[in-house]
Amino acid sequence: MKHSVRILAGLMGLGSAMSQADWGLNMTRGVTSVSEDVYGLHMAIFWVCVIIGVIVFGVMFWSIIMHRKSRGVKPATFHESTLVEILWTTIPFLILVGMAIPATKTLIHMYDADDSDIDIKVTGHQWKWEYEYLGEGVSFFSNLSTPLEQIYNVRRKNPNYLLEVDEPLVVPTGKKIRFLITAGDVIHSWWVPALAVKKDAIPGFINEAWTIIDKPGIYRGQCAELCGRNHAFMPIVLDVRSEEDYASWLGEKREEAKAIRALTARDWSYDELYDRGKGVYNKVCAQCHQANGMGIPGAFPALKGTPMTTKKDQLTAHVDIVVNGKKGTAMQAFGPQLNEADLAAVITYERNAWGNNTGQMVKPVDILQYKKTGQLPQTGDQAK
Amino acid sequence: MSAMTDTGHADAHHGPAKGLMRWVLTTNHKDIGSMYLWFSFFMFLAGGFMAMVIRAELFEPGMQIVEPEFYNQMLTMHGLIMVFGAVMPAFTGLANWMIPMMVGAPDMALPRMNNWSFWILPFAFALMMSTLFMEGGGPNFGWTAYAPLSTDYGPKSTTFFIFAIHMMGISSIMGAINIIATILNLRAPGMTLMKMPLFVWTWLITAYLLIAVMPVLAGAVTMMLMDIHFGTSFFNAGGGGDPVLYQHVFWFFGHPEVYIMILPAFGIVSAIIPAFARKPLFGYTSMVYATASIAFLSFIVWAHHMFTVGIPVTGELFFMYATMLIAVPTGVKVFNWITTMFRGAMTFETPMLFSLAFVVLFTLGGFSGLMLAIAPADFQYHDTYFVVAHFHYVLVSGAVFAIIAGVYYWLPKWTGHMYDETLAKTHFWLSFIGMNLTFFPMHFLGLAGMPRRIPDYALQFTDFNMIASAGGFLFGTTQLLFLFVVIKCVICGKKAAAKPWEGADGLEWSVPSPAPYHTFSTPPDVK
Repeated sequence: MKHSVRILAGLMGLGSAMSQADWGLNMTRGVTSVSEDVYGLHMAIFWVCVIIGVIVFGVMFWSIIMHRKSRGVKPATFHESTLVEILWTTIPFLILVGMAIPATKTLIHMYDADDSDIDIKVTGHQWKWEYEYLGEGVSFFSNLSTPLEQIYNVRRKNPNYLLEVDEPLVVPTGKKIRFLITAGDVIHSWWVPALAVKKDAIPGFINEAWTIIDKPGIYRGQCAELCGRNHAFMPIVLDVRSEEDYASWLGEKREEAKAIRALTARDWSYDELYDRGKGVYNKVCAQCHQANGMGIPGAFPALKGTPMTTKKDQLTAHVDIVVNGKKGTAMQAFGPQLNEADLAAVITYERNAWGNNTGQMVKPVDILQYKKTGQLPQTGDQAK
Repeated sequence: MSAMTDTGHADAHHGPAKGLMRWVLTTNHKDIGSMYLWFSFFMFLAGGFMAMVIRAELFEPGMQIVEPEFYNQMLTMHGLIMVFGAVMPAFTGLANWMIPMMVGAPDMALPRMNNWSFWILPFAFALMMSTLFMEGGGPNFGWTAYAPLSTDYGPKSTTFFIFAIHMMGISSIMGAINIIATILNLRAPGMTLMKMPLFVWTWLITAYLLIAVMPVLAGAVTMMLMDIHFGTSFFNAGGGGDPVLYQHVFWFFGHPEVYIMILPAFGIVSAIIPAFARKPLFGYTSMVYATASIAFLSFIVWAHHMFTVGIPVTGELFFMYATMLIAVPTGVKVFNWITTMFRGAMTFETPMLFSLAFVVLFTLGGFSGLMLAIAPADFQYHDTYFVVAHFHYVLVSGAVFAIIAGVYYWLPKWTGHMYDETLAKTHFWLSFIGMNLTFFPMHFLGLAGMPRRIPDYALQFTDFNMIASAGGFLFGTTQLLFLFVVIKCVICGKKAAAKPWEGADGLEWSVPSPAPYHTFSTPPDVK
């Protein structure tokens, strides 16, 4: 199958390039029976097109070569034939019916998301994916992990440039996994080619998709619906493990949740918060507000030298916008996305970096209280 | 030749006015046609320049030339300008010039409205393009403007974009009304509907499509306007609205819109192929019926643009079947063109070269369209470069090649001069190579998994993107040669005969070249 595509490409004058193995030319066969079916449909319709193309263009080029005026031919005068018209209306119609039957079967199969073993809620956000293992008490956000230095060509690019995340979605082999797909802001689309799953993530809607994967491995995908500035920068990484490995991973995630609660409770120094905040800022905030805090005029406000980050009495407003977001803008609610330690750290960082020297710090326990009561404790406004 | 003597008489009284006001105040279909064509050509260059920015950024992985938000503005503007500024006005320009001459009418039926429908356009596009210089930038959500990215999350300039779309819609609707009125009322005696050239037929059907769907687009953007400024929630899920509703309404406009951009192209090619094959068009009647069938089907396939939004399976199946059905009448058209060539006596002047390229490359675009119709496979193709390849094959080597073919074909009639055949053939071959170099690799990119509308991509897509960019620069610069050929033809081309093409047929060739300012003041005799 692949061979034929190469021939086609060769015809277009790309022959010399074909020797390079990493030139992906065709759709992936994927790793599920559904993706195999889809690949089969793709190749079937491709060959139908090739055969029709060969016949049609064959007649055309025959005419171009044989029936040219320079050969001294006399033009014929025929200009209609009802029989021929009927034939070339019916034959394509029958071919299409032949294609529609297997396509219908596959489509109905793909829509049958019942009787799943594992349900995972997938939520698209500008510009990250959130995964929630329903009934397991495990949920997390999955961010692009390619550093900005690579995107802006300062450093050499990783082999998985733009297709790598800080925390992949982990699933087991051999189980029917149902994805419940939605979005928190604009429309995104969750696409993993190896599964032949692509479903739009739409605010206010929950779409279903499912898969059963037999082969462990890492499978990569991307957001497939234009969703704003960083549409190109919200990949999907799927880590498919054996059932036992999956179970132990799930256990670890539960432990981790405990550890994070401990992190909130412990006492933090200013320097610890500032350093942690810098890391969080560059990972989560810098894509819009920029690493230098200058933002992008007209699109994303600057954080450097603005009243909110420099006036001491604006601390609560600052915490509010980070935790609850700002409706109708790209500033989303980070309260549910980040743990208290990260929130406290990033706010502390923003109030002291780039010459914003307020000297103020916020502790994780303060954020916890803010999340519960909507107010910071009086001691929250403390100097470093 | 009663037409010729009549025009001589009319000329003595009523030639074109002098100076700039001729163009501002003109109600002459030829003047207005020329203005449409020049306008669309400059829009083509502007949209093309934006495509060059896109291809330059995509030449290699990483962000080099522009920032993602500006990239998104470029891809949005590129789409809007090419659809509403380049392709549609070019067809209206050709319609203005040719339809009255083809049906033996003295002018368009509503000449003053004709003036207005053109003059709206420069202002609409000035308004739209000015958004690029506004705070927050221009529209950055793709030409499809999906809510809520375009409403709650859109830049402030979206309002100007909405008004610009309204103005373009008014212009298109008026143009369409004018064309229908001309065709139905001003045909010369004896010019029955089934004797009309196919270009007239395809435009008649296109004009009905325009009247049907431009108000739908106006409705969609008006709902956007209400959501943005008046607190409604048509498309806002948080307020009880439905973001998918926008897509249904948009594509109810959008799918007929893509046929609006291809049906007149069918008409042009159906005029040129018989002329250079020296043989009458095969299956005229079936061509008319096929065009009408395509137009009808275009209203019931819109959701194939939305196979991944989660439509219920029965809906998905309906739209899949209806979409596949379009291949039948489209196939009939291609078979008819090829049978027209079969046993003809062909020559290969530039209009014919562009038309032959049209047949081959448009068919390739049709094939990928058929592949996209298969809903399960579309889950893999959707929103990838495979789709980008598909619609550029039908719009660049389809619509644009047909427009260029038409320009070369009728240029002698318009200017009274022949164009430089060698230069024009160079223009063809460079365009042909550049076009394929740009868009063919995009099939591979899409199948290999590259999403569309991204300013940066994973490393495995690098090589094909470099080829596509190189091809894009070739195709883009080649169009400056087109400008040169046309200017050279206007200024110092060789004198053209009334009928410069041996096999050409139709009333437009019965008047002198250049066509006098007024033609067919007395209707011609149609046998």
